[in-house]
Amino acid sequence: MRKQKGKVSLKQIKKFLPLYIMILPSIVYMFINNYIPMTGIIIAFKKYNKQKGIYFSDWCGLDNFNYLFQNDAAIIIRNTFLYNVIFIILGTIVGVTLAILITNVASKKARKIYQSAIMLPFLISIVIVSYIVFGFLSAENGLINNMILAPLGKNPIKWYSTPKYWPFILTFVNLWKGCGYGTLIYIAGIAGIDSSFFEAARLDGASRWQQIKKITLPCLVPSIITLTVMSVGRIFNSDFGLFYQVPQNSGALYSVTNTIDTYVYRALMSTSGLGRSAAAGFFQSVVGFSLVMVVNGLVRKFNKENAIF
Amino acid sequence: MIKSKSYIRHQILSNTVLFVVTLIMVLPLVMLFMSSISSERTLLLNGYSFIPKEFSLDAYRYILSNKETIFRAYGMTILVTVIGTGINMFLSASTGYVLSVKKLPFRNVISFYVFFTMIFSGGLVPTYLMWTTIFHIKNTILALIVPNFLLSAMNVILIRTYYSTSIPEEIYESAKIDGASYYKLFTSMVLPMGKPILVTVGLFTGLTYWNDWTNGLYYVNESKLYTVQILLNKMIQDLQALQTNASTASSSAAMQIPTVSVRMAIAFVALFPILVLYPFLQKYFTEGVTLGAVKG
Repeated sequence: MRKQKGKVSLKQIKKFLPLYIMILPSIVYMFINNYIPMTGIIIAFKKYNKQKGIYFSDWCGLDNFNYLFQNDAAIIIRNTFLYNVIFIILGTIVGVTLAILITNVASKKARKIYQSAIMLPFLISIVIVSYIVFGFLSAENGLINNMILAPLGKNPIKWYSTPKYWPFILTFVNLWKGCGYGTLIYIAGIAGIDSSFFEAARLDGASRWQQIKKITLPCLVPSIITLTVMSVGRIFNSDFGLFYQVPQNSGALYSVTNTIDTYVYRALMSTSGLGRSAAAGFFQSVVGFSLVMVVNGLVRKFNKENAIF
Repeated sequence: MIKSKSYIRHQILSNTVLFVVTLIMVLPLVMLFMSSISSERTLLLNGYSFIPKEFSLDAYRYILSNKETIFRAYGMTILVTVIGTGINMFLSASTGYVLSVKKLPFRNVISFYVFFTMIFSGGLVPTYLMWTTIFHIKNTILALIVPNFLLSAMNVILIRTYYSTSIPEEIYESAKIDGASYYKLFTSMVLPMGKPILVTVGLFTGLTYWNDWTNGLYYVNESKLYTVQILLNKMIQDLQALQTNASTASSSAAMQIPTVSVRMAIAFVALFPILVLYPFLQKYFTEGVTLGAVKG
């Protein structure tokens, strides 16, 4: 960035005054919506008292954290982290595969239809998704128990009280809903590859598979890195809707569905959980922030172009 | 051009796989729609299916007759979406434009101020405490519009990038010389010149408001403020309360839970506008996704 030389004069400020007025509402909104809560993060070190409010409640040191880490921390951090790792790996594989398949299709019309279909679930609210999932998994009249397990002579499964299935269900729902996003980005990446590469490869007699391995995949690496860096920075964040709404907040499933975000919400709404809720939230904010900085720094070191900032 | 055997084989393979994927994407929605036009008896007897044994439009008749809750909720969804998206676009467009003016003193400081909100957040607890204890927005319509969605740093960055490549720097200066007012600057330049990016960003914002249920979950428990998504969420909660609390099953909450087909019909009605508009707006959604991945 080139900086202006010398000091900013009053005259200059005056000249740009309309622009400052124009941006003022946004500055104020962000101050309230984002910056005040940032300072409120200190509540994690306090014993919240309704009368005294966030800033005047008494300090309690690390009490909230001690409680959190002696009880629930391991499982919610494990769930949040592992689900994200699975989502990142499978999301990349599925996204890249679908993008390669779609760009390989000769008919333009068919390509458009596939692309629209894959993107469609992305637009659906997670509440409606949970209704659809319930249609498949309801113990009494769900589609899977009735149409698949019953004809096979198997006993119906009580999905909403059997934790062992949920890592697969949630992964599937996440892919179903989210894979369109990555696919579109990779399609754009493939569209940006110089077509003369492929022509030259074809003249040399390269097979389709060789072209994918030697041209398409290497050219997609920057997009893959960008998306992965963004996801790794958010590896301690989870999609609240997916983990709260889709398992229908079923207590029997908490061992495999409780993530930091669902924990923070449930503890906050419980009668005496504000302290541990704030501690978990603090952990998420601070660790998340450090991760973004570290990951971005690493990427910057190896390849400045791929860094996000 | 002669089409080789391997070319045809690849075409068949790709199309088959993608056809199956398309089915996986679309069939769940078919199931949702089909159960909304099933008779309640079929649903309870044979369960959910892709082709119900007995059709019935009772669920939709019920929705049409239920102006109190469902119509009202639909109206709330529209109201919140329109107001929220409107304010959001006004804030995003003006912020994006201002930050694109390179000569603006303190531009980098302001950019950082906006950008920092993307990488650090106070989280739910302080946000919730602030909105409820300092601003008291609980159970007001503001709760559905103001928290979280009114301005996103990502959108500002997208718009800024667009303006900085499409509006020449001198325009602001010449507009000033012409004596163009701040209001005129916005309506005659910023809005028209940013149209393509503003449509894309606006669509995503509109979708966010239309689909939002979290603000309702956190801040609203008064039924007259329910949007469709909040209503859908509350129905699940009532059902669970019913299942876990069989002893109180005869209470009023149990009586108010609509039948399965009605619930599915409400869900479908909430989804319907998106399904109808999607083919026409797909271009913009695609653009928005690909733009979002390019760093600002």
